[in-house]
Amino acid sequence: MKNRHRETVTALLFVLPWFIGFGVFLLYPLLASLYYSFCDYSVLRPPVWVGTENYRDLIHDEVFWKTLKNTGLFAALALPMGMFVAISLALMLNAKIKGMTLYRTFFYVPSLVPGASLAMLGLWVFNGEHGVFNALLDPVLNFIPKMLHLFLHVPLHHIAPPGWLSDPAWSKPALVVLGVWGAGNAMVIYLAGLQDVPQALYEAAELDGAGWWAKTRHVTLPMLSPVILFNLIMGIIGTLQVFTLPYIMFPGGSPARSTYFYTMYLYDNAFVYLKMGYACAMGWIMFLIILGLTFVALKMSEKRVHYSGG
Amino acid sequence: MHLRDLTLPLAGLGILLTVLASERVTTDRLDPGLVHVAYWEKWTGFEGDAMQDVVNAFNRKQSRIHVDLLTISNIENKTLLAVAGGNPPDVAGLFGPNMAQYADDNAIVPLDDYCRAKGIVAANYIPIYFDMGFYHGHVYSLPSTPASTALHYNKQMFRDAHLDPEKPPQTIEEMDAMAAKLTTRDATGKLDKSGFMPAEPGWWNWGWGDIFGGRLWDGETKITADDPANIRAFEWIASYSQKYGAAELQSFRSGFGNFSSPQNAFLSSKVAMELQGVWMYNFIDQYAPNLEKPTLNWAAVPFPHPADRPDLANTTFADEDILVIPRGAKHPDEAFEFIAYVQSQEGMELLCLGQKKHSPLIKVSEEFYRKHPNPYIKLFAEIPRGKNVLSPPKLAIWPEYQAELTTAFDEIALLNETPKQALQHVQERMQPKMDEYLERLRMRNEKEGVRP
Repeated sequence: MKNRHRETVTALLFVLPWFIGFGVFLLYPLLASLYYSFCDYSVLRPPVWVGTENYRDLIHDEVFWKTLKNTGLFAALALPMGMFVAISLALMLNAKIKGMTLYRTFFYVPSLVPGASLAMLGLWVFNGEHGVFNALLDPVLNFIPKMLHLFLHVPLHHIAPPGWLSDPAWSKPALVVLGVWGAGNAMVIYLAGLQDVPQALYEAAELDGAGWWAKTRHVTLPMLSPVILFNLIMGIIGTLQVFTLPYIMFPGGSPARSTYFYTMYLYDNAFVYLKMGYACAMGWIMFLIILGLTFVALKMSEKRVHYSGG
Repeated sequence: MHLRDLTLPLAGLGILLTVLASERVTTDRLDPGLVHVAYWEKWTGFEGDAMQDVVNAFNRKQSRIHVDLLTISNIENKTLLAVAGGNPPDVAGLFGPNMAQYADDNAIVPLDDYCRAKGIVAANYIPIYFDMGFYHGHVYSLPSTPASTALHYNKQMFRDAHLDPEKPPQTIEEMDAMAAKLTTRDATGKLDKSGFMPAEPGWWNWGWGDIFGGRLWDGETKITADDPANIRAFEWIASYSQKYGAAELQSFRSGFGNFSSPQNAFLSSKVAMELQGVWMYNFIDQYAPNLEKPTLNWAAVPFPHPADRPDLANTTFADEDILVIPRGAKHPDEAFEFIAYVQSQEGMELLCLGQKKHSPLIKVSEEFYRKHPNPYIKLFAEIPRGKNVLSPPKLAIWPEYQAELTTAFDEIALLNETPKQALQHVQERMQPKMDEYLERLRMRNEKEGVRP
């Protein structure tokens, strides 16, 4: 009995550092932010209880809704785009050809570029006047009008590529395209998932006369589905919390708040307007939104995800 | 006894020794009687060097206090967190408009008693520069360096457009007419050069109303964003989008390089006239030698006024960097000794000459002007002494108000909303926020038993 007691104490001692870290850096801030979300709290003065006023103010705050809409739109564009690119890359990089490790490295490396550097790069690449992206896009956009002009003598009308950073309609798509740079992380996870697909299944499918598409559709994707679900949930969390890129590229969410995202408004409330209570309330609402979406994703996946173990 | 059994005691001893040693290293061994004043400042480059010179001069002048200057980015946020965390610097160099926010929450110490003891009075200063630190009957901050603005124009572009470079516009209407002549398009019809763009450089997008005689608040509790003069100013801004095309202006502007680069719109002769501050000379000197040689190809003059409001002539935006003592500073008395030195004519001229700005003090030595490299320095020094001096409202909710006005400016310039709609919108958003802020401030004071 004495020995068991000793073992428990030892075990607790081993776990203690983690508990302290968890308590001090996670649990306490979490609970504190919940409390502050019901307070007027400017950081500089002790918090004053105001009940649900912060939440009630949020409902009537049009900038809150605007940022929520912006963020939702961005996520709806960036998430499928990111997943499509990552899965496609992983499928291609799963082929058995010479020098594959090199290709894999090449496609992974961009995701190591820090967000701040990527943002600075993005400002130049997407510059509407001198950016390299438009320099490449211009001939593509004007190919058909040029051909029509050459062969059918249709009057030449130059199609100008968009001002990605200055036009409210194009600033979000620019961010989505730029976000694809970070697809490498998800790609590696997909790749690991692909390597786990048993060869026997492909062989069986081949015996049944399945081609490349049939194998992908009926073997690869179902076997990959748990990984897709994982990346989907991580993607929901990541895209809804987008911050670094727009914060650096579009100060104040310019032009006309078209790139003002939820976390930017949260940050401004907390550290620029000194409304920490309001910012905490925003944080909790975002938590509930992500919780809800994750729950929906899990529910919807029940029939579609195949776990090879179960 | 196994060697293994010694691991824990040895590790403990090691940690103890490290702690003791670090304590020893970080305390000053050379001069135990010296008081170290921690001073956080935002400047880098030549502006930082100028302040370092002032700090060195102060440290040499006396032997009791040593000021340690530390350059900090995002200083307004970091000072805030340091105050909240109870470990602030002794002196912080903030931006003028930060003062009200900090003062409302007692994050900075009133300096009245210190000022009295040192004979620092309002009469020493050009009124606006003292006034910016004066709030609810107390002095909360004193200036480090001031700024004022004027219309900067490119004489060569004037000549190219067959305009007399010695006759800059006096009224807004004249400026609009000149801008039209200065604006050129390339073969495809895209803007090539612009005479004037309200969105450039974009730092006073909130402030055009002031130039037309508008006010942003009543000085007490009422927001006045939809003041008719403000609406008139924004109608003027919309007129540029209507005349030259909102999308064209925006696309043209997106091609400009960073402010601090040779690709700056004014420095690269893309925009002929611009509202700019006393600092612009430094950038001209650094990045656009063609504007200085062989002859002076740029000039600064007071910004034009509406033709029907001659009383608004010589309008300027005044701003300043400030020195404050945060609440909880360990050496407030010594901190003020340093601040007082910066307020002396000697300290101030050393600093302002180094940063190539004008002095906020009434008394300025002739030598200061003689040594000053900016050919128009007297204009920047004189214009804030006049009656049409504008400065950001001393409002704690100003950062949020400013963001609203900037968004309204965007919507108006893009012709998404009419000026009246956009400003009424700002009014409807900001007045409740103002009311709630005042109510919450009352609650905070009540809870702490502080009399406002």
